[in-house]
Amino acid sequence: MFLRFSLVMLLLFARPLWAEPVSHFTLENGLEVVVIEDRRAPVAVHMVWYRVGAADEPPGRSGIAHFLEHLMFKGTETRDPGEFSAVVEAQGGRDNAFVSYDYTGYFQRVASDRLALMMEMEADRMANLSFTEAEWLPERGVILEERGQVLESRPNAQLNEQMRAALFQNHPYGVPIIGWRHEMAELTGDHAMEFHALHYGPNSAILVVAGDVSADEVRALAEEFYGPIPPNPNVARVQRPMEPPHLAERRLVLEDARVGQPFVSRMYLAPVRQSGDQSEAAALQMLAALLGGTARTSVLERALVIDAGIALSAWAGYMGTARDYGIFSLGIAPADGVDLQEAEDALDRVVAEFLDTGPDEAALERVRVQIRASEIYGMDDAQARAREFGTALSVGLTVADVEGWLDALLAVEAEDIMDAARMVLDRNQAVTGWLTPPLTDAQQAEVSQ
Amino acid sequence: MTGILLHRAALGLGLGLGLLIAAALPLRAEIDITPVETPGGFTAWLVQEDSIPFVALDIHFRGGASIEDPAQAGVVNLMTGLLGEGAGDLDAQAFAEAREALAARISFSAGRDTVSLSARFLTDNRDAAAELIRLALHEPRFDADAVERVRRQVLSSLRRDAVDPNAIAGREFARLAFGDHPYGRHPDGTPESVAALDGDALRAAHRAAITRDRVYIGAAGDISPDDLAALVDHLLADLPEAEVPLPERTPFQAEPGVHAVAFDGPQTVIAFGHAGIERDDPEFLAAFVVNEVFGGGRFGTRLMRSLREERGLTYGVGSFLSSGALGESYQGRVSTDPQHVPQVLDILRAEWAAMAADGITEDEAERVRTFLTGAYPLRFDGNAAIASIMASMQFQGFDIDYVNRRNDMVNALTPDELNAMAARLYDPEALVFVMVGDSGAEHD
Repeated sequence: MFLRFSLVMLLLFARPLWAEPVSHFTLENGLEVVVIEDRRAPVAVHMVWYRVGAADEPPGRSGIAHFLEHLMFKGTETRDPGEFSAVVEAQGGRDNAFVSYDYTGYFQRVASDRLALMMEMEADRMANLSFTEAEWLPERGVILEERGQVLESRPNAQLNEQMRAALFQNHPYGVPIIGWRHEMAELTGDHAMEFHALHYGPNSAILVVAGDVSADEVRALAEEFYGPIPPNPNVARVQRPMEPPHLAERRLVLEDARVGQPFVSRMYLAPVRQSGDQSEAAALQMLAALLGGTARTSVLERALVIDAGIALSAWAGYMGTARDYGIFSLGIAPADGVDLQEAEDALDRVVAEFLDTGPDEAALERVRVQIRASEIYGMDDAQARAREFGTALSVGLTVADVEGWLDALLAVEAEDIMDAARMVLDRNQAVTGWLTPPLTDAQQAEVSQ
Repeated sequence: MTGILLHRAALGLGLGLGLLIAAALPLRAEIDITPVETPGGFTAWLVQEDSIPFVALDIHFRGGASIEDPAQAGVVNLMTGLLGEGAGDLDAQAFAEAREALAARISFSAGRDTVSLSARFLTDNRDAAAELIRLALHEPRFDADAVERVRRQVLSSLRRDAVDPNAIAGREFARLAFGDHPYGRHPDGTPESVAALDGDALRAAHRAAITRDRVYIGAAGDISPDDLAALVDHLLADLPEAEVPLPERTPFQAEPGVHAVAFDGPQTVIAFGHAGIERDDPEFLAAFVVNEVFGGGRFGTRLMRSLREERGLTYGVGSFLSSGALGESYQGRVSTDPQHVPQVLDILRAEWAAMAADGITEDEAERVRTFLTGAYPLRFDGNAAIASIMASMQFQGFDIDYVNRRNDMVNALTPDELNAMAARLYDPEALVFVMVGDSGAEHD
C-alpha cells in the first residue's frame, strides 16, 4: 500500500445522477421510494433509511441509535436472532447497516430476483422487532468492544471526538455517534425498543433500490410488503437543541504515545446544503476542492508540501450534507523537524494569502473538469448513487436537489468562493486540535502561552 | 473524520486479499471475457461494456517488493510512489495538472508480489490519457524534490505503522512466519533502509520491476479488442525484459505458541494462524470453502458466532488464506479488551480443534455452497471491479473459463472432501499467536 495517508481528504463531490433513470414516489403510509435503474448486471441494492440518528437520542442515552441498529439483527416476533443475515447469505447476498447523526440505514446487495424476500424481511423488522436479554446483553459487550477498537485504539479518532465535543456547544452533533462509554454501559434492550417505537415506521423511512429493476416492479413490491404497515403515530421530528452564537475560539491538544504522525486539524462551523438553494454549500465545496481537494495541485498542497516543504500533507474538506450544521475543515501534517505551531501558522498564512489573491482560474477549471467526469465515473457504482440519494433525502433534501447538485457546483464562480471563504473561516466559530506524542516540558510551556 | 458508524467493520486483512477475491468468484459469470492477443505478444482480458464512456484498465507487474535487495528494502515501494510524480517533460505538478485536465484517474501501488497500475480514463480523450500512462511507466523522472517529498511521506507512514497495533501484529506474524525471506519483511522497508535510498537505486528498481515479460492485464469498459490491443502495445511493448530473478518459495517457519509484543493500548490485537495451502494446490478450493464457514469475514461464521454473537467478546473476528506467489499462511485477526484475552485464546484453540477433529456439518456445507454460488453476480460490480479481478486472476494463474466452471466446482465438493481438507488445514498444536498489547494475565 502506498501513500495511505488517511488524512488526505479526497474530492467529496456528489456523484451526478441524472444520467440514468431515477424515479421517486411516496406510498400512502408515508414511505418515500427512490428507484435508480442500472441494468448492466442482475444485481440490486435494497436500502431502508430512517430519518433518525444519534442526534435524536435522549440525554444520557448516547449510543442508543447505534445499539438499536445492532439489535435490528436480533430477530422479530417470527424470526430468530441472526436469521435476517443468514437468509441474506443463503441468497448469496451481503447485508450491513450504518448510523450517522441524522439517519440510520440498512442495506442488502442481492441478485435482483431476490428483492421481494429482502423487502419482506426489512418490513418485518420495521414493524415487529423483538429480542430478549440473551441477545441484547452480549450485544452491549460488542458495542463496547467496538468503541475500544474503532475509537479508543485510534488517537486520531479520539481527537476528532474531542474536537466535535468542543465545536458543538449545545447541539447533539457534539456527542459521539457510538456514545460515551459510561452511558453505553448502561443501555438496555428496553431503551432500544423505546427508541424503535418512537422513531421507526414507514412514515420516517426512505426506501432506495438501485440496480437491475424497474420503477413499476419496485412500486408493486413496496406496496405489497411495506404498504400494509400503518404509519407510526409516534414519529415526530425531535426538536434538537441548537447552537448559541459562538464568541470564542477553542483549542485543544491531545497527547498520546501512540501517535506516529502529529498533525493540526481545524473544524469550522459551516452552513449545510439548503433544499432549493444549494449555492452557498456548493461554493464551500468548491472552496474545499481548490484549497485541499487534490494532492500536488491544490492551494495548500502546492504551497505547504511542494513549495515550502514544511508539510507531508495538507488538506481541506467540507461536509455539508447534514440536517443542522456542516463542518468545514483544514489540516496539516508537518514534515519532520517542523513543530505544530509552525505548521499551523504556515497553514493560516497560506489561507490568508488565498483570501487576498482569490482562486486561480485555471485551477478552478480543472476542478470543473473533474466534476463533469465524475458524472461518467459515478455511473459505474450504483450503490454509491443509492447512498447519495439516501443521505440527501434523510437530511431533508429532495431528489431535485440531488440532481441539481452538479449544476450548482458548476455554477460557482470565483467571487462566490471568496464570499464563502470569508464567511466560513472565522476562528471564533472554530476549534483547532493538535494531535501529538507527549510534549516535553519546554513544548508544554510554549503551548500554554 | 468519520460521520458514520458501520455495523460490521471490514477486516483489515491486507495479505493475500487479491487471491481471496478471485477465489471467491462465483461461477458462470454472465460477463463475457474476451482474450485479446496483441501484435506485440501480450494477452489482455477484456470485458467490453460500452454503456458508459470510459475504460478501466488494471496491469500487474509480477515481482514487487519480493525482488529487492534486503539492503534496499522499500525501494520498489518508493519507486512506485514516484511513478505518478513527474515523467518525461512534466514535473510532478505538471503531470498532475495534465492528469486532472483529462479527468483521468491513474494510480500505482506496490505489494510484496506486484507493482500495479489501476487507471480509469474517458473515451473522449483516451489517447491523451494513454500517453500520460505511457510516460509514467517509461520515463519517470525521480526528481530530487519529488523523491524527498515522497520519501518523507513513506517515512511518516512507517512511523505510524510502528505505533499501530494492527500493523505491528501483521508485521510480527510475517517476520516469525517467513524470517529472512522477502515475505518476512515489510514491503515498504524500514526507516533506515528508506532513508538511504538514492536516485540510482530508484532507477535500478524501475528497470527491475517494470518489465514486459511479467505483466497481467485486465480491461473493462468502452473499448474494442483492436483498440485495446493497440493501447496495450503502446503502453508496454517497448519495456525491457526482466533480468532480476524471482526469489525462491519459502516454507512457513514460525514456532507454535504465544509471542507477546508489549504495547500500551485499550485493546489487545491478536494475529493467529499457522501454515496455509499453496494456491496451486488442487484442493485449494476446498480450503477456501472450509475457511468461509470458519471465519470468512461475514456474520454467521463459527468465529463470529462464538466470539461476538454469543459472548460479546469482540467487534469483529475473521480468518483468511494468505496464499502468495512464494509462500502461504492461514491467519486470523481479533481484537479484544485485555481482560478477555485468556478466554479468547481458549475459544480460538477450541474452535480450531473442533475443525480438525470433526470438520464442518452437512448443513454448514450446504449453506456455504448456496452463499458462494449465489454471491456470483455480486462480484462483477462495475468496470473498475471487473478489470481488477481479471488482472488478479491472470496473475494467480486461473484459466479464462474458470469463471464459468467455478460454481460447478464449488457444488461438486463433497462433505468428505471438505472434511479431509479441514483435517489437513487445521492444526491446533501448530497455532501461532502474536499478541500486541496487554496479555490480560494480571486480570485473571
